Amino acid sequence: MEMPKPDQNVIARRVEIATALQEIVPGEGVIVDEDELRPYESDGLTAYRQLPLIVVLPETTEQVAEVLRYCHANGVKVVPRGAGTSLSGGALPLADGVILGLGKFKKIIEIDYDNRCAVVQPGVTNLGITDAVRDLGFYYAPDPSSQIACTIGGNIAENSGGIHSLKYGMTTNNVLGLELVMIDGEIIRIGGKHLDSDGYDLLGLLTGSEGLLGVVTEVTVRILRAPETARALLIGFPSNEAAGACVARVIGSGIIPGGMEMMDRPAIKAAEAFVQAGYPLDVEALLIIELDGPEIEVDYLIGEVERIAGENAAVSIRISESEDERVSFWAGRKAAFPAIGRLSPDYYCMDGTIPRGRLPEVLSRMAELSTQYGLRVANVFHAGDGNLHPLILYDANIPGELDSAEAFGSDILRLCVEVGGVLTGEHGVGVEKRDLMSAMFTEDDLKQQQRVKCAFDPSSLLNPGKVFPQLHRCAELGRVHIHKGKTRFPDLPRF
Amino acid sequence: MNTIIKPDNAAQVLDAVAWAVVAETPLEVVGGGSKRAIGRPVNAGHTLDLSALTGITLYEAEELVLSAGPGTPLANIHAALAEQRQELAFEPPDYGSLLNGEPGAGTIGGAVSANLAGPRRLKVGAARDHFLGFDAVSGRGEAFKSGGRVVKNVTGYDLSKVMAGSWGTLGALTSVTLKVLPMAEKVRTILVLGCDAATGVAAMTKALQMPYEVSGAAWLPDSLAKISNVSYVRGAGAAVAGIRVEGPGPSVEYRCAKLREQLATFGEIEELHGHNSGTFWREVRDVTPFAQPGDDRIVWKISVPPQNGATAAAALTEMLQSEAYLDWAGGLIWLAFPVENATDGAHEVVRDVIAACGGHATLIRANVALRAKVPVFQPQAAGVQALSRRLKESFDPLGVLNVGRMTVGM
Repeated sequence: MEMPKPDQNVIARRVEIATALQEIVPGEGVIVDEDELRPYESDGLTAYRQLPLIVVLPETTEQVAEVLRYCHANGVKVVPRGAGTSLSGGALPLADGVILGLGKFKKIIEIDYDNRCAVVQPGVTNLGITDAVRDLGFYYAPDPSSQIACTIGGNIAENSGGIHSLKYGMTTNNVLGLELVMIDGEIIRIGGKHLDSDGYDLLGLLTGSEGLLGVVTEVTVRILRAPETARALLIGFPSNEAAGACVARVIGSGIIPGGMEMMDRPAIKAAEAFVQAGYPLDVEALLIIELDGPEIEVDYLIGEVERIAGENAAVSIRISESEDERVSFWAGRKAAFPAIGRLSPDYYCMDGTIPRGRLPEVLSRMAELSTQYGLRVANVFHAGDGNLHPLILYDANIPGELDSAEAFGSDILRLCVEVGGVLTGEHGVGVEKRDLMSAMFTEDDLKQQQRVKCAFDPSSLLNPGKVFPQLHRCAELGRVHIHKGKTRFPDLPRF
Repeated sequence: MNTIIKPDNAAQVLDAVAWAVVAETPLEVVGGGSKRAIGRPVNAGHTLDLSALTGITLYEAEELVLSAGPGTPLANIHAALAEQRQELAFEPPDYGSLLNGEPGAGTIGGAVSANLAGPRRLKVGAARDHFLGFDAVSGRGEAFKSGGRVVKNVTGYDLSKVMAGSWGTLGALTSVTLKVLPMAEKVRTILVLGCDAATGVAAMTKALQMPYEVSGAAWLPDSLAKISNVSYVRGAGAAVAGIRVEGPGPSVEYRCAKLREQLATFGEIEELHGHNSGTFWREVRDVTPFAQPGDDRIVWKISVPPQNGATAAAALTEMLQSEAYLDWAGGLIWLAFPVENATDGAHEVVRDVIAACGGHATLIRANVALRAKVPVFQPQAAGVQALSRRLKESFDPLGVLNVGRMTVGM
């Protein structure tokens, strides 16, 4: 993984830059000591580490604007950071860049139940929003598995999903407004408590832009009244094909469950060994299907899903009869990553999405790759929306094994694209999948995306080295090329 | 002379735009042309007509995905989906009658480009929320794509969002892919009769604060309820708030019973079953109250925080002697008044009201002269406007595609 070459001139000005930032953010808001910088050297993708030049932790939007204005004027790169839980290296520091941490933006500014929204600062955790509105029975729907720690600002950057995104959407479907600071320090507001955009949908563009376009300092999200109840089914299948067919039939019959998760045999075994959730060990695939809504609806749909599972070769079906039992069904799934982590010194979590119907084929080709690379793989799968999380087991202490794991992972993602899917469903491109972008996009596709970047950040100071495999200069991207020396096309049908 | 360029396929669209780039000739991009009367008039010598890029190229019901040429009539898409008991959940409105044209002329490309949304907006979102990916030709004469055919996708910037609602100003679409969803098994509507706008919004708010998954919440004043084709609404002799519940049969019955109980304090309750519900929500969706034969009043579509819907509508009806009804639980105001009441379309009055409560307004029906003269879309703050302009330039630096449709020079 090659990052943009650090600018030695910037590194040489480190003291001067730190002094300037201290003037903007007084007190303890500027970190320069190596020991204190250390916690910022990586995010959730710990295979990559880099000490940042400086960390700055502003407390107000004005300070963020001042910091960015200074960095812009002085050609200093900026990496925005929330809680640092990114699994794709989105918050990986740069040796010549300032980490702009939003961790002190922790205020819930307003809860507006009548307009069914909450206005919060970006450092509020995802679960923190739900906790703040739970009293009146509301919640914030997107629920990434890191929701205890990850911040809503990071969720905006990554367009985070979660188990319930099949029914309730991803972050982008649940955000109403943003306050954003541009790289030159300008503060703009987009959206609000109303619906839809008054012009180009900048809100939709910013969500999932991985910190490359601006720094979010305030977020307005939709909050929903929580469903009355939820129940789950735990269904075992003799093959991945049968489980896949069951998922297709559930959706084909008009049911959109609150969550629909699948685990393959290695994942089931690991989870059961770790938390003893009572998962059947004699099956090849396990589905957890959760239905939520009024009790009468949930009971009705549980019956429907049970019937469909029976028609699709299910060998074991358990239905939760209590909230405790429902939670226990999820315990294994929720502990799947650490459970698999116990099997191996290291694991590498992938995040491709595929058309669901191609699942059996993808799993069998993944098994072939597993043999080829000599590395084990376990699969957990947001089955309803085709989002696959293969976990590749490896040992970083064995020379070459990390490289093999990464090569295996790249092959899996290329396979996802080949069958009509995409490189990343919810973890983001970051540095991790940056060099695979050309597997999915043409040169012209990527250039258009980078032109969008230029509209926000023409000097490419915000989070450079992420998302795009190759950095073009904005001036070069701006030129219009017509390759074929077109004259008026003679064959176009006209009236 | 205005020539119409009507390509048959994506390669011809590319050639047509590439030609326009070389010739530095602006193009008006149209699909079925059913919403051509919305937005500022485009001053282009040539028309790029995408209506021949038609046909569903992929529909996998169990994968909840459909791809089609942008010129594919919505009617064809609705029909194909209905065979599998599925639908476009964002309920694209048909503005044909509202715009004094033919109903049923909309295309899927147009629905996306205008970011249409029906009454279910408050539950499932707008076209943008269902638009998974596309192929297009930029104003640089380059073919590009974004997104894909899967719902969960964060690979690169989500350009589908900016293409939705860009009214053809960023790219000429050559293929679109959307998420589709199952149709509800059963639909019912609770009517609360005799409530004024403020009480109507209070009733709708209460309904949405309960766990009953309301999928539509609209309020009609007495004068507009009177012209409904639903007898219960027409005969109410009073203003009416409608609250829609959809889902499996037993669930709908349960939720309706709960809502009736909880909303009884707001007014007399009636209940519409499937057929009447369908008619009622189609009328709300298609702005039928202002689409009666001969109605040529100015019409505004105004998006506000739902709690401000009643007060904003009341202020505007009083100032402009207009009629208004509310959708999206108060978050959407449809406003109509005779042009004589305000020959400038009352754009300043409307936008002053919005400035006080937040939101945006679009002039949906007005003659071409008025649409050329006053801002049709909401004027933006300077920073946002400058950013939007740079964004337009990143896709269309020479101003080839639908320039001026949304705002001067854009």
